[in-house]
Amino acid sequence: METPESSLTTHPFFQGMTPRHLSMVGECASRVNFQAGQFLFREQEEAAQFYLINHGQVAVEVFRARRGPITLQTLGEGKALGWFWFDKPYHWHYDARALQLTRATALDVKALMYKCEQDYELGYALMKRYAQMLAVQFRVVAMQIADMYG
Amino acid sequence: MPNPPAEPMLPRPYRVLKVGRETGDTFTLTLAAAAGGAGFSFAPGQFNMLYAFGVGEAPISISGDPERPENLVHTVRAVGAVTRAICGLKKGEVLGVRGPYGAAWPVAAAAGQDVLVIAGGLGLAPLRPAVYHLLAHRPDYGNLELIYGARTPEDLLYRKELEGWRGRFDFRVHVTVDAARGEWRGNVGVVPNLISRARFDAANTLALICGPGVMMRFTVQELLGHGLKMENIYVSMERNMKCGLGLCGHCQLGPFFVCKDGPVFRYDLLKDWFLTREV
Repeated sequence: METPESSLTTHPFFQGMTPRHLSMVGECASRVNFQAGQFLFREQEEAAQFYLINHGQVAVEVFRARRGPITLQTLGEGKALGWFWFDKPYHWHYDARALQLTRATALDVKALMYKCEQDYELGYALMKRYAQMLAVQFRVVAMQIADMYG
Repeated sequence: MPNPPAEPMLPRPYRVLKVGRETGDTFTLTLAAAAGGAGFSFAPGQFNMLYAFGVGEAPISISGDPERPENLVHTVRAVGAVTRAICGLKKGEVLGVRGPYGAAWPVAAAAGQDVLVIAGGLGLAPLRPAVYHLLAHRPDYGNLELIYGARTPEDLLYRKELEGWRGRFDFRVHVTVDAARGEWRGNVGVVPNLISRARFDAANTLALICGPGVMMRFTVQELLGHGLKMENIYVSMERNMKCGLGLCGHCQLGPFFVCKDGPVFRYDLLKDWFLTREV
């Protein structure tokens, strides 16, 4: 049976992380399932989890009055979701909704932050991955804003 | 490659057989020689100069099936005076056609390899003849993958055809849009992000790319990151082509004339100019 820790080892986000650090992160992890249509989180809620998608597809949405939800991005297997857990006041700025049955690994952000404070090497290993994810995200958003198909 | 036209500067009259609306401002015209006859052969990736009488000429990629040259198919976006006039033509009306011009997608050279067809926006139009060829000669190729992006679901070209291709067992189709309303169930994001979902052996893969410059730049970077060789990446460039013969110089890009040496270029030969601004 796949444990939260074993699902971390196979996830691209944690590729190359040492077994010791993976074990520490695994202590903050739990497996979660979302049915199609179910929200992983909604705007303004506390950003208490950081998700690694193991299977399925999630839409990141912003809700606009009279227009309803607009999908900004979809994330599938092997992607990480949760860009705001280092950004005070640690609230989600978007909604995230499962488009199909989605299996993910949820990391408890407070527990993870505590471990990072205790072990700066873990903090650095995590920050490198987080920064790389933000860089990719920044590139994606820049391309979308550029409206290149116009 | 088909023989060049005998009288390359002389437009031949073609009659509009059918006009289909693809999106709000993009139309697909099916044409046949006004004088009758078999039409002319072309290679995937080539273009024609279409002449709206009394308005002007515009270079438009051929988007039909190269094995059915009797009907000439062009997909045109109405963005200026000439293209608006072409898109406004009705069934039975006539326009002028010069061509075919330019270098083609290397579909024959791709035999025995995996092929990634990567298109953005209207860039699917010049790639569609390559897709027709690849599917018509399916046993000659390894994995075939199409990655296509558009601004919104309403901006997708050839929607029914995409759905048909997606239903095949031997062709994987990945579609994404930049933004979508709630009813869209597909991907939202940019084309380069979908490359990691494609199945290909990087050492034996040819990539054919056509789309906006920004998309092509990021796509090439992503492909190189996945281990593709520069010489196995082909891009189609868009420039202000006028004569179609490399004589007038309107479409010069460094040492190349896009109308004659392109529009399809091998990336390693073009890369210095591909990344240079304002040329």
